[in-house]
Amino acid sequence: MHKLKPITPLGGDTPRVDTVGSITITEVVDQALASVAARNDQAGAVQKALADKIGLSLPEVGQSSQAAPYAALWMGPEQWMVMAPHDSHELLAAELKQIVADTASVSEQTDGWCRFDVQGAGLCDLFERLSNAPVRTMGSGTAIRTTAEHLGVFLWRLAEDHMAVLGPRSSAASLHHGLLAAAKSIA
Amino acid sequence: MTQSNRLNGGLINRDASLSFTFDGKSYQGYEGDTLASALLANGVRLMGRSFKYHRPRGPLTAGSEEPNALVELRSGGRQEPNTRATVAELYDGLSANSQNRWPSLERDFMAINDRFSNFLTAGFYYKTFMWPKAFWEKLYEPIIRKAAGLGSLTGEDDPDHYDKGFLHCDLLIIGAGPTGLAAALTAGRAGAQVILADEDFRMGGRLIAETGALADISGADWVDQALAELASMNNVRVMPRTTVFGAYDHGIYGAVERNADHLIAPEADKPRQTLWRIYSKRALIATGAIERPIAFENNDRPGILLAGAVRSYANRWAATPAQSVVVFANNDDAHQTARDLMAQGIKVPAIVDTRPDAADVEGIEVLKGAEIINTSGRLGLTSVQVRTEKGYTTDLYCEALAMSGGWNPNLGLTCHQRGRPVWSADIHAFVPGEGLPVGQIVAGAAKGEMSTEAALQGGAAAAVAALGDLGITASPVDLPAAADAPVSISPFWHVKGAKRAWLDYQNDVTVKDVKLAHQENFTSVEHLKRYTTLGMATDQGKTSNVGALAVMAELTGKSIRDTGTTIFRPPYTPVAMGAFGGRAVGKDFHPTRLTPSHKWAEEQGAVFVEVGNWLRAQWFPRKGETHWRQSVDREVLQTRNSVGVCDVTTLGKIDVQGADAAAFLNMVYSNAFAKLPVGKVRYGLMLREDGIAYDDGTTARFAEDHFVVTTTTANAVLVYRNMEFVRQCLCPDMDVQLISTTEAWAQYAVAGPNSRKLLQKIVDPDFDISNEAFPFMGCGEITVCGGLRARLFRISFSGELAYEIAVPTRYGDGLMRALMEAGEEFDVVPYGTEALGVMRIEKGHATGNELNGTTTALNLGMARMVSAKKDCIGNVLSRREGLNTPDALALVGLKPVDTNETVTAGGHLMNATGPVDAAHDQGYVTSAAYSPILESSIGLGFVKGGSDRMGEKLRLVNPLESQEVMVEIVSAHFLDPEGEKLRA
Repeated sequence: MHKLKPITPLGGDTPRVDTVGSITITEVVDQALASVAARNDQAGAVQKALADKIGLSLPEVGQSSQAAPYAALWMGPEQWMVMAPHDSHELLAAELKQIVADTASVSEQTDGWCRFDVQGAGLCDLFERLSNAPVRTMGSGTAIRTTAEHLGVFLWRLAEDHMAVLGPRSSAASLHHGLLAAAKSIA
Repeated sequence: MTQSNRLNGGLINRDASLSFTFDGKSYQGYEGDTLASALLANGVRLMGRSFKYHRPRGPLTAGSEEPNALVELRSGGRQEPNTRATVAELYDGLSANSQNRWPSLERDFMAINDRFSNFLTAGFYYKTFMWPKAFWEKLYEPIIRKAAGLGSLTGEDDPDHYDKGFLHCDLLIIGAGPTGLAAALTAGRAGAQVILADEDFRMGGRLIAETGALADISGADWVDQALAELASMNNVRVMPRTTVFGAYDHGIYGAVERNADHLIAPEADKPRQTLWRIYSKRALIATGAIERPIAFENNDRPGILLAGAVRSYANRWAATPAQSVVVFANNDDAHQTARDLMAQGIKVPAIVDTRPDAADVEGIEVLKGAEIINTSGRLGLTSVQVRTEKGYTTDLYCEALAMSGGWNPNLGLTCHQRGRPVWSADIHAFVPGEGLPVGQIVAGAAKGEMSTEAALQGGAAAAVAALGDLGITASPVDLPAAADAPVSISPFWHVKGAKRAWLDYQNDVTVKDVKLAHQENFTSVEHLKRYTTLGMATDQGKTSNVGALAVMAELTGKSIRDTGTTIFRPPYTPVAMGAFGGRAVGKDFHPTRLTPSHKWAEEQGAVFVEVGNWLRAQWFPRKGETHWRQSVDREVLQTRNSVGVCDVTTLGKIDVQGADAAAFLNMVYSNAFAKLPVGKVRYGLMLREDGIAYDDGTTARFAEDHFVVTTTTANAVLVYRNMEFVRQCLCPDMDVQLISTTEAWAQYAVAGPNSRKLLQKIVDPDFDISNEAFPFMGCGEITVCGGLRARLFRISFSGELAYEIAVPTRYGDGLMRALMEAGEEFDVVPYGTEALGVMRIEKGHATGNELNGTTTALNLGMARMVSAKKDCIGNVLSRREGLNTPDALALVGLKPVDTNETVTAGGHLMNATGPVDAAHDQGYVTSAAYSPILESSIGLGFVKGGSDRMGEKLRLVNPLESQEVMVEIVSAHFLDPEGEKLRA
């Protein structure tokens, strides 16, 4: 085991949790990410390989899919973001590359992103201040690639009262500030 | 002071008494009052001074169209000029001051302007301040701006928060009067996503301002019932205090919600206002109508109001402008004002009706076919002079006049996409025409359907139709029976012979000014507007435009229809800049990007510099260093003598994979990548289509089908976008996939003769990084610190033996600390962007200063990098004759002949002798620094034919600052030109 100590996107030793009114904002770090982009004319093969090997069916536009411990978000044409718990799947990209072989390009994205899980009543009131995504009509399982606070983000609705936001890691503090400010606005 | 003009009834809460001040004097009002209604109730008619002539003014209206009663609300950082007293919701502790007067509202010295009104007509400035020309900017304009103008800015920072957000709906209903409420009930019950927005703090429109609008129930009661039902629907969002101010593309509307303007201060962390961008599938304009004044001599005195406004004050706010009110009108609607006032015990001496056939009103004398030809009362109306149908004149004593020239549909939002209103002869007003914004529909009075019955039915029908378009079935709801009287109006715009008869109260534009514009041939409506300033300023001519058009039509002998109208632009009413800014103020104006070593750098006391959104360490001051140069020189020397570490995470990293990855890079880079072996790095130069250098960086090959491209920090996003464009549009058949990994990897440059020794302490022993095993321009995937995956590149920007090492970003902080600890024995130094810049100039490496959008590969000394053996973007146009002349600019080094002198970037180069002018320009300096190694100022620059002019002396000039330094042309590679160090 290597001896380097990780820090969170907000620069802490442990993930930060903020509660404002009914809203809780939690920094999530136990997450490994890898992008899977189908090679030309191989989308079917990629989907089949992942379905066969890990039971994960890749989602349609604006959707997510889950096959514990894996999950996937639609990211672009024939491109998906696959995720799994970091502590047990730190080498997720390599793991997926073995499965898809030359049918897809796989790229480690784990630390390209920060994630905040926002939970509580009034979620839509909060997110309609941050993003032009139609949050009120986003059902559980939808995942929209959009912008919030001038940043490219994923909004992933996990439940009625649970939204995960994935944004660029280097701007985690700015995104977090926006989430907090909006939470205070609606508190 | 007692509320001498407070009436019975009304929709105010008499249990909640509120204290407020106006010009320092204390008054009492009630919850539900506006500042204007409370002042009127307290017997105050005088609330402001006019823009140009400083005429005493009181409120003309009871709504957002108010041109007169503008005040400065609040104080300190919250002071807000030009606030309409008619829409300022009263709260306990409100303080307001009148504006545009000195020393007081009652005695305003600038009222002298009114005496010189013969001179201060339209076009006065243009004619008077023509000469001498030079006086305009320095003298005339400042004086005019000081004399004119309305409220003043505080100059202090606004202490409040503003927010913004995005809303989506099937149907946006703008206006919650009878039309809007009927539509909202219809659409809400059908299950559609509905937003109902109204600028007022109490919804209901004219329903809460009229008596007897509905047959069997009071308007206010029905509004309360409707709002209660709407509030119970999850699919309906009711937004009072929300002004929809603009109609934009694709059904998008701008709206500002005043969350805390009715409080003395917002709650902590809560926004004062929220700017909403509303995405609507359909939008219903239910904005009602605005009453128009009649132009007659001195029709602007405090106490002269629109008849509908007087009704609003009496019925909704239980306030009257005076105890004695004359009515002057050309229509039946205004007769209701007289009836409502009478019912409250207010004396109505007469109704002056311009129509000879006007109806009678029980209990009041109706002077039919009569006109008001003048008024009296300096600070408030005392009497009106009436000319009867038979030509006699008589004075009527009154302290208020309720006038009505008819109603104009409030169609501002229908014009925001250049929709042109059309003239309706039925109601003598403009109604919305063709060319409405996409998805917009209009109903009720805004459409010219002026009865309450038509508004209710029209609103419901519009909602059914709009939802039908969207595939949502709706049926009209049961609506209360309402007044449905036909409109009875005879056009009457101004009293003949009147001169100082105000058309535009806010800009002091009179009938006489329109006549002057006509006389001087400014007859087009657009010219009229600009020549007289009609319809400008905060009210945007809501009460004035049509009246002025009518006068112009009369003068030109055309109909109003043929005269045409100006159109409206956003915003409908003024919007605070703070609302547009939202949360994005101060340091939150844009997002910030922090490097993986940011926290560690902060602990070291680093000085940071903004590079795009990134914050990078610029240098790391040590104890005793008082000048940045001391820190930078030390960082350079320590790196060159031993080893230094710099965070280079900010460079763009693009993962390029796919069967055609190499072919793709061959296309986007000018030099070839197909034969780059796995485990090697190559420097690449990217051109624009026009052959100009675009970006540079290194590309590492990790597998046959896997490259990692690095870009400059500033261009990372542009290059990625450009590469996506090539992939998707220019070469869609190539099998290549791209994704940014900039943020995923923390990357540090480790440079200096001891860099390998330092890294050998970090890199796990399984990996041999000796010069033989891992030579210059090598790369590989390794592990560090006991098994952490990492990438190592042997590349050098500094010219030293150097590496760049990358680990997953979460470990970047840990790696920096590990490098510093392991490097202690070598006296390792962290260096910032400043030292990075010094070292790359010493080495002659180009950056954005040299790749400045005008230079070519040839200019940069990289002509051979544009491969002739393959095609690439920019290849063909880089061969243009004009870019390849023998004396083309070439990148050279520059050093001062006298080493005490300084090379400055940006200066131009001239021959040693001869003229100093653009025609004799020999080139320019792009980068400069002090080199602690060479103990001299040095620079890089472009010189005509520079490669053949080594040793030549030029003058570096900066005529703006009278600088002239003799410099010598040298190789751009000041240090180690053969590259022995970096291969060591």
